Amino acid sequence: MVEAVWLIPALPLVGFIVLLVLGRRLGDPAAGWLATLMIGGAFMATLIVFAGLHSRGGEERLFVQDLFTWIPAGGLQVKAGFLVDPLSVTMTLFITGIGTLIHLYSIGYMHGDEGYHRFFVYMNLFVFSMLMLVLSSSFLGTFLGWEGVGACSYFLISFWFERPAAPAAGKKAFVTNRVGDFGFMLGMFLIFSTFGSLQYTAVLGQAGSLTHTTAVAITLLLFLGAAGKSAQLPLYVWLPDAMEGPTPVSALIHAATMVTAGVFLMVRINPILAEAGGATTLIAVVGVATALFAATIACAQDDIKKVLAYSTISQLGYMFLAVGSGAYVAAIFHMITHAFFKALLFLGAGSVIHGMHDEQDMKRMGGLRKWMPITSATFIVAWLAIAGIPPFAGFWSKDDILANAWDKSPILWVLGVVTAGLTAYYMSRQVFLVFFGKERWKTAAQEGTAETTGTGAHGGHEFKPHESPPTMTFPLIVLATLAVVGGILSLPFGSFHPLETWLEPVFGDRLHELTLSDSAQVLYTLATVVLALVGIGVAYLIYLAHKVREESVEPNVLRRAWFVDPLYSAMIERPGRRLSMWCAYFLDAKVIDGAVNGVAALVRDGGTRLRSVQSGYVRNYALAVASGAVLIVGYVIVRGGG
Amino acid sequence: MAFPYLATLVVAPAVGAAAVAVVPRARDDLVRAVGLIASLLVLGVSVAMLIQFDGGLGTFQMVSRHSWIPDWGISFTLGIDGISVFLVVLSALLFPIAIVGPTVHRDYKGYVAWMLLLEAGCIGVFLSIDLFLFFLFWEIVLVPMYFLIGGWGYDRRVYAALKFFLFTMVGSGLMLVGILVLAFLHERATGVLTFDLVTLARDQSLAENTARWVFLAFAASFAIKVPIFPLHTWLPDAHTEAPTGGSVILAGILLKLGTYGFLRFGLYLFPKAVVDMAPLFLTLGVIGIIYGAVVAVVQRDLKRLVAYSSVAHLGFIVVGIFGLSTQGLQGGVLQMVNHGLSTGALFLLVGMIYERRHTRQISELGGIQKVAPVFAGVFMLVMLSSIGLPGLNGFVGEFLVLIGTFVTHRWWVVVATAGVILAAIYMLWAYQRVFQGKPEGANTVFAEMSWREWAVMAPLLGFIVFLGVYPKPVLDRIQPTVAALILHVEEHSDYREPAVNRGVPVARPADSGEGASDTKTGTGR
Repeated sequence: MVEAVWLIPALPLVGFIVLLVLGRRLGDPAAGWLATLMIGGAFMATLIVFAGLHSRGGEERLFVQDLFTWIPAGGLQVKAGFLVDPLSVTMTLFITGIGTLIHLYSIGYMHGDEGYHRFFVYMNLFVFSMLMLVLSSSFLGTFLGWEGVGACSYFLISFWFERPAAPAAGKKAFVTNRVGDFGFMLGMFLIFSTFGSLQYTAVLGQAGSLTHTTAVAITLLLFLGAAGKSAQLPLYVWLPDAMEGPTPVSALIHAATMVTAGVFLMVRINPILAEAGGATTLIAVVGVATALFAATIACAQDDIKKVLAYSTISQLGYMFLAVGSGAYVAAIFHMITHAFFKALLFLGAGSVIHGMHDEQDMKRMGGLRKWMPITSATFIVAWLAIAGIPPFAGFWSKDDILANAWDKSPILWVLGVVTAGLTAYYMSRQVFLVFFGKERWKTAAQEGTAETTGTGAHGGHEFKPHESPPTMTFPLIVLATLAVVGGILSLPFGSFHPLETWLEPVFGDRLHELTLSDSAQVLYTLATVVLALVGIGVAYLIYLAHKVREESVEPNVLRRAWFVDPLYSAMIERPGRRLSMWCAYFLDAKVIDGAVNGVAALVRDGGTRLRSVQSGYVRNYALAVASGAVLIVGYVIVRGGG
Repeated sequence: MAFPYLATLVVAPAVGAAAVAVVPRARDDLVRAVGLIASLLVLGVSVAMLIQFDGGLGTFQMVSRHSWIPDWGISFTLGIDGISVFLVVLSALLFPIAIVGPTVHRDYKGYVAWMLLLEAGCIGVFLSIDLFLFFLFWEIVLVPMYFLIGGWGYDRRVYAALKFFLFTMVGSGLMLVGILVLAFLHERATGVLTFDLVTLARDQSLAENTARWVFLAFAASFAIKVPIFPLHTWLPDAHTEAPTGGSVILAGILLKLGTYGFLRFGLYLFPKAVVDMAPLFLTLGVIGIIYGAVVAVVQRDLKRLVAYSSVAHLGFIVVGIFGLSTQGLQGGVLQMVNHGLSTGALFLLVGMIYERRHTRQISELGGIQKVAPVFAGVFMLVMLSSIGLPGLNGFVGEFLVLIGTFVTHRWWVVVATAGVILAAIYMLWAYQRVFQGKPEGANTVFAEMSWREWAVMAPLLGFIVFLGVYPKPVLDRIQPTVAALILHVEEHSDYREPAVNRGVPVARPADSGEGASDTKTGTGR
């Protein structure tokens, strides 16, 4: 049954091609349904492959299907094929599963948009690329998917290309990711020069023979790639801007799937990490630093999607903290639960934006609970999950990471727990501002349409928020259910650890074993929960009880995201452009070409007399030069020959 | 006797040019028909030749040798191998496109005649394996290109044509001296005066120091043609001022004459000198990659931007050649083909924009995706191929160049790889300004692709995707020649290719270089 693996990426690819050719004719909503069907089909195919792999014994859960030789060049033989193992199948399951839900949601969300079919063209291409990323049997195949998702992300961020901000954000995402790709490519070069292959099985099988230096170099280079794709310090800057894309894109690409690709890559190369020693500490440090840093910014954002964007960066930081601590299962566990609740949060935010006629400023919302019951109920579930309140999914996965981080270093644990408190705080702030409290949108609407209220199709008058259609609320309900029960995949007690048992063949003895005693673990967990409750309480006091002025806890430095964008602009973009201008309009035009023109002028002066004879036509002049050349050639030949 | 494919490929376009010359000037339709038939005939013959081509051989095949000036050892010798075969097919593909694709506003007859003559010259360069014959074709190429730029170009065409001509002439002069010195010194050493490439390469009759100087004479000519920094300033002017068809051929074929020259005459004739001087040329190649991209970022003219991107792309090919690795050389040859397809397509698209809007200034364009989404989509695809997105052709060549050279010359590649970041910057920024945003004023009217434009673009787009997904048939045919070339270099220098690049040991021909002169005209099967 695992042989059916090729079907998984093939279906979205077919969907992409069909939609590319016929999409416009299919139109709204048929194009959307077709796209959804293709991803749904891929999900079904994944279930079949999963069943097939599951029926095999632990050590035999590895299946390589090579389709054809992609790039044959001397010692480099790259095959196009699939690597089916518990890790890739796990990724595939949640990519296609959540992908289907988000496609379904998009049918309603994108309804009436001018670029309706174009949207689904990109979306199917994205899912295809994402599946190639996780399923490919070689680093280069993963890189193909890696760049493919990057390109689709670029298309979809700049989807509403008439707004000036969207194309700029898309370009920023692509270019920032390319900085990471620089590392990914060099990592692959180093892998090839060390092992003579880019196939996963060949490389990872020999990872034990790596010298420490090489292992560190490969790890750090690939981690640079991962930091770009997964929006870690210092390359995270593109993700907040990526919110210019339609909200389902933010949910699928910039929360649930693509941005986790970096984590996947790190987990995939775990045999190399095992040889890289100190490099893993750096991964953990970057992870936790990103988690804390992004969480602080999320506390002061007004845009409903920007909060979630910084939150995603922060949660991805947790995953890298897990990877750096050797807790690969915890990383994957959190990746899955995060996919559930963060996709839910984004879709919920999309539902709010939809219901509020394209309003994104949380300060102009409030009290939506009454108007959007399903959206608010599911959003609240996701809120509790991400805030780490038991027994919701996020609690278990975050707890798993923090326990492992303690083993790596108590400092990492402390930073992780502080981040957890901040997470609870900023998410509560969001929920309170959007769904509870005063209905501020009433006054906002009265202020007139001129100021904001966006480009809503419904216009600004007679404004009333409304619940979204069933194609949009159904995915919310499914995801909310998963966000509640997702923790069952890996509970810290008892003998039932399905995720770890399932993934075990991928890691073998490289998985970090917790050294904490059970009672210590309970104690630390308790501390986390208390801190989360404190976070919720503080948010309540400020944003619902209004005990403190909101402005005083939203300092400008956080609202402006620690001024990183202006800093990058001043340190990289502007000097870069100046250098570019200098090269183009001074060095190239004046110095190099100036020298050339100087020589040419001499030649021209010499030829002036000749040219006057030649009736002034350049072509005659050239003909003279050409025939002169031939004469010279002939002369030299004759002389030489004689 | 087998069909003389190679001679036909050289002669047919020249005959076509002559045929066009006798058609009455007023009959543009007839000119078009003759031009199209002649160039499509060449395309057909080149495809038949490709089918007959034995991909397993690393030596010259289908060799056709005719005595020409026996007293001076000059012969009319044509041959083809894995390095030249796809360049010939690429030429045969791009010329019909350049002849019927763009709209030509004056003297169509002259345009087509020069184009066909140019085709004969280009294919002649790729097929000649006699140095004198090679030089002759090399010079022939110059004249039609000069007239195409000067006669059918844009505002500053006179300046650009002259600049192109003078640059190339300087190089040619040096190369001619090099060729003659090589032949006469070879005569002094062996007593045989010959211009036969295979013999000269086999005998390696020059002293080490002399070989270095003679190589530099060749290299100067090739470096100008590529162009290698800092000899590149003729290129932006020539590309920008040339008519669309001229730019397509200039970028697609003419630049490759330089890189092809390095491969065919540099590495083959002067292996020791190339090994010794590789760091110099690698450095210049890397500078080209970075510099071309940096300068491209701030160009205001779309065509000039594409022209500078060529400087960067050709830098990759130079790095691949002088990296002296199997992957680098294979990637370099493939990249020559890829660049011809992608940049050829880009110039066609920029030409279509100019036809519609009568401007190439980026600042005057904007929002075109709104008005012509399909056109924008095609541009996007070609652009991504140029950026080097995996799955499209540009990536495969670039990647092979970098990964192969990384093993042999690590630190150059570290810098060169940074070029992939810059490529994204200048291309995406240009796309943003030209296609995205709200269309205003004159940009609100922009026709979609016409059927004729589709017919011209379709083969290019097809190959852009095909070579990205399945480059194997091409790479497989390039490999034996490249492997033989590296063996040749190893034989005549102390260079040894790392085992990682080589992979499985290559079957060593009885005596590399020997086989070629023995292969008679025919298919070799």
